[in-house]
Amino acid sequence: MTPHAVMQVLQVVALVLVAAGATVVVRTRQRVRLVIALSAYGMLLAILFFVFQAPDVTLSELTVGAIALPLILLLAISKVRKPE
Amino acid sequence: MAVFPFLVVAWIVVVGLYGLITSRDLIHQIVCLIVVQSSTYVLLLGVGYVTGGVAPYFYDIGRHALAVDPVVQALALTDVVVEAAVTALLLSLAVQAHKKFGTLDPHDLAEFKG
Amino acid sequence: MTPKLRLWLFAIGAAGLVACYLWAFGGLPGFGNYPGPYGPEILKDAIPQTNATGIVSAVNFDYRGFDTVGEEFILFTAAAGMSVVLRRLRGERQQEQDHSPADEVMHRNVAPTSSALRVAALVLVGPTALIGWWLATHAQTNPSGGFQGGVILASAFMLVYLSGESIAFRRLSPVDLLDVAEAMGAGGFAAVGLAAVAQGLPFLYNYLPLGGSPGAVSSSGTIALISFLVGIEVAAAFILITGELLEQTLLRGGGRGGRQKEGSG
Repeated sequence: MTPHAVMQVLQVVALVLVAAGATVVVRTRQRVRLVIALSAYGMLLAILFFVFQAPDVTLSELTVGAIALPLILLLAISKVRKPE
Repeated sequence: MAVFPFLVVAWIVVVGLYGLITSRDLIHQIVCLIVVQSSTYVLLLGVGYVTGGVAPYFYDIGRHALAVDPVVQALALTDVVVEAAVTALLLSLAVQAHKKFGTLDPHDLAEFKG
Repeated sequence: MTPKLRLWLFAIGAAGLVACYLWAFGGLPGFGNYPGPYGPEILKDAIPQTNATGIVSAVNFDYRGFDTVGEEFILFTAAAGMSVVLRRLRGERQQEQDHSPADEVMHRNVAPTSSALRVAALVLVGPTALIGWWLATHAQTNPSGGFQGGVILASAFMLVYLSGESIAFRRLSPVDLLDVAEAMGAGGFAAVGLAAVAQGLPFLYNYLPLGGSPGAVSSSGTIALISFLVGIEVAAAFILITGELLEQTLLRGGGRGGRQKEGSG
């Protein structure tokens, strides 16, 4: 296959995965599972940005979506959790 | 293939808004806001893509290679980091609401006046 | 308004929104056929004008520097707003806790951190900080820049907390020093722009002398300097944000920091 065709296939696959990931994130209702699903969605987005030839945005999305955002969310969740 | 990324953008927006409306938990609503915002990044990058173009970094390739648009990448890049800080601010408001009212259910919170 | 009625309203609204979207996307020139004049113009002139081979960072900090100043001040305001909202919360809680220090110790049941996690986190702190620093200062060559480098630098501090040393984390990141660092980063960016105005040039003009070889740190004018300042500001903002939320969790469980004041009482 020509390189252009390979790129197109990769892009279509990444887009489908991102659409599925968004659906999964929205349908998750438990809080801790929501954070893990959001982290996985961030990685799928990073793969999509990479295939769209944007390494800068990939690095941003990886650091924010896999490190900073889950940590902040988990800290807030542990604050509002009912004491056992 | 010519319009597929934009269909995915519309899908993500609708799914995110659906989650926002049918949610019973403030944390889940904030995460749905994150999902809706991520659709704008996909839209920005989809608009600026050039078929056969490479990333706009010319340290080791020729100066006149065909490259994708750098302006939309710059916009999306700062957007991603700033979104995290604004989400943190929203979360702190949710923590404050939990402290004052004891619940994070938007249907119950809507009945408090002031 | 019942949930079913709300859902029907949403369905109608979403149908209208999707219809407008599809109508708008029909007018776009299709994925991959980017026609616009702005992109190719910048790609042609960026390297001769700024000596930076990373065009995205050149756009971010030079051509569209004004947008970046605005985004950075959004970040600054969000961190400051969080401090305001959560600090008042902590002040109130400390008044409640003065009455029952013993109960807090009993109520705090936190599982001990595993040794593997602590060792791994401690080992990774140094390389993470180094990588974050390198990314923040080499914006003009690599796909990096102040924003990404700042977040990675902040995550090095978060690793200190993950390795179980929460007291070390709080001592390493005193709030006053972080406030000053964040203000210096944001103010420094504006000061670099205003220095251009003082020389009679437009705001944020690239006035430092361009060096010889394109892609070197010192040869891209103000781009490397601005990226470094942005890195400091983003790192300080994220450490502040995490620190504020962390204070909440530690105080709620009767944190050791709050105990030191009541230990003698």
